[in-house]
Amino acid sequence: MNARSLPLLATVIIFLLAYAVCYSQYPAMLSTRVIGNLLTDNAFLGIVAVGMTFVIISGGIDLSVGSVIAFSGVFIAVLLRDTGLHPVAVFAMLLVITTLFGAAMGATIHYLEMPPFIVTLAGMFLARGMAYVLTIDSVPITHEFYGRLQDFYYLMPGRGRLTLIGGIMLLVFLTGMILAHRTRFGMNVYALGGGVQTARLMGVPVARTTIQIYALSGFLAGLSGIVFSIYTSAGYSLSTVGVELDAIAAVVIGGTLLTGGSGFVAGTLIGVMIMGLIQTYIIFDGTLSSWWTKIVIGFLLFAFIVLQKGLVWIADRNAGALKSAR
Amino acid sequence: MSAASRFLRRITPQLVTLAAVLASIAIVFPGFFEISIANGRLYGSAIDILNRGAPVALLAIGMTLVIATKGIDLSVGAVMAICGAVAASAVDRGMGLVPTLALAIGTGLACGLWNGILVAVLKIQPIVATLILMVAGRGIAQLITEGAILTFRHEGLIFIGSGTFLTVPMPVLIWLFTGVIVALVVRRTALGMLIEAIGINPRASMLAGVNTRVLLIAVYMASSLCAAIAGIIAAADIRGADANNAGLWLELDAILAVVIGGTSLLGGRFSIVASLIGAMIIQAVNTGILLSGFPPEFNLVIKAGIVLVILVLQSPTVQSAFIYFRRNKQSSPADAKTVVQ
Repeated sequence: MNARSLPLLATVIIFLLAYAVCYSQYPAMLSTRVIGNLLTDNAFLGIVAVGMTFVIISGGIDLSVGSVIAFSGVFIAVLLRDTGLHPVAVFAMLLVITTLFGAAMGATIHYLEMPPFIVTLAGMFLARGMAYVLTIDSVPITHEFYGRLQDFYYLMPGRGRLTLIGGIMLLVFLTGMILAHRTRFGMNVYALGGGVQTARLMGVPVARTTIQIYALSGFLAGLSGIVFSIYTSAGYSLSTVGVELDAIAAVVIGGTLLTGGSGFVAGTLIGVMIMGLIQTYIIFDGTLSSWWTKIVIGFLLFAFIVLQKGLVWIADRNAGALKSAR
Repeated sequence: MSAASRFLRRITPQLVTLAAVLASIAIVFPGFFEISIANGRLYGSAIDILNRGAPVALLAIGMTLVIATKGIDLSVGAVMAICGAVAASAVDRGMGLVPTLALAIGTGLACGLWNGILVAVLKIQPIVATLILMVAGRGIAQLITEGAILTFRHEGLIFIGSGTFLTVPMPVLIWLFTGVIVALVVRRTALGMLIEAIGINPRASMLAGVNTRVLLIAVYMASSLCAAIAGIIAAADIRGADANNAGLWLELDAILAVVIGGTSLLGGRFSIVASLIGAMIIQAVNTGILLSGFPPEFNLVIKAGIVLVILVLQSPTVQSAFIYFRRNKQSSPADAKTVVQ
């Protein structure tokens, strides 16, 4: 058993156990309708969590994503209201903007040698501020193209709906997995997380990779903003406050080491699903209050971090035992 | 160089920034520095900045110590919400002022102990360790207030938020007093140096005999204590505990205040006075934007701009380039001496 995949295994087991508990109380939980809703409701979080996974594997952190999602929604809503542009053109413009925004943060982090925490914090202020500057009202999106996007779904057996945005999320996860494990960029990300010095000595283009990682996170935050605007049919500058924390929590629960260098994109999907499951359970129960979500997620975070610490400690001890045996 | 002039030199950039911000507000808004006394209380925009800046200033005191150990405390906003909720629910149940305050502050200390144990004993990275309480803390606060905004009419508690002592608003006195006490404790004893030692190299300081574990826990407890006081003030100010919005994003403002104060996020050196000036700069910018009639929407953009400028100035790359250029421009022996020092 590889120690690296143990956190992932723990996540999968917890998810299956949690689902089994939910199913034993509410058999309807296993219907494709609930599963379809689980995917749709968490689509924007899942997409942004993929970008966060790459950032965290590389040993960084991106606090700006929640604000970028809000900015994206406002940007789309305002442009659609004030100009005659087609939504697809607006989407393209938006993705270019957010990707460049991410790349700029990556460049700042690398060339100015500043901690990612504080650079992306500035990015968070800037993106949220730009959203405020565009408008502080909630702007509805009434374009007919949006209606068509929202009605677009695949009917699963059992009358569950796999909506467009749920499908986009699954596609993003699939692409993310291929990108992380089957490309040179993915290997570079893991190498950076293992140690910048070592990565540089191994010939990893540190500057380019850092910029690419944050550009990817910015791109996915923009995509997540598009998905969120389809989900809510509106752009509001005060929305998605704190989503970056949910995304970080999902990544950690998904078994990615926050110190970087180890983790799986697939784990993040399960992390997002666990968080969605908690919310669904609370809705099904009806008597529990919404704040239990936060407390349970906090507890899960704690449990997983302690689990990871324990695993690292055991691995270190084994390595020490091997050395002394030699 | 004497200690006093070294200290002045240390806080000069912050003082200049604060003066520049205040001067530019005064240009747009001429009556800015007017202070009047009415009903036994000082009034004026300058007093307002001191008063409104109290929560961030208090958080910045604790955050400075945490950052000096190369840590960070993301949970302070949530701790504010928890302690505000505890205080409100305690007076709601008819407890006296002293037990209420003791309970709220005790809760804060318990939060700090939790953070400290995670960081010092379990060796979890500070960002992650305090993230747990940041996420769960608001849930806990809502649990205490049962999701509602708990309002209260307890005169003693309200006094802390909006009362005055010798015409000065209580929040101002509280943060000034806390700042002076903490600054004296860390600078008049070896404590400050030990904290800086942990920030520079925890392992080396442990080998040198510094009790790293206890000191780290104490530092996180100090940070949560400051957050608890800030939470009580925030709750007393609006005469109610709002679990959702009390202290929301104030952890970021506090970190910003510390960074503006010139304390490096990489740990190892700090100045509480500079952080307090940093907190006042942030509040002055907020108030200035409101007074000048700029739409408040620009507030965050301007803040982001300020952070960027400070980041660039503090960046190791830019600083080494600056030193390099200065050396090349004047390579006279006198100048070389000041560079080496």
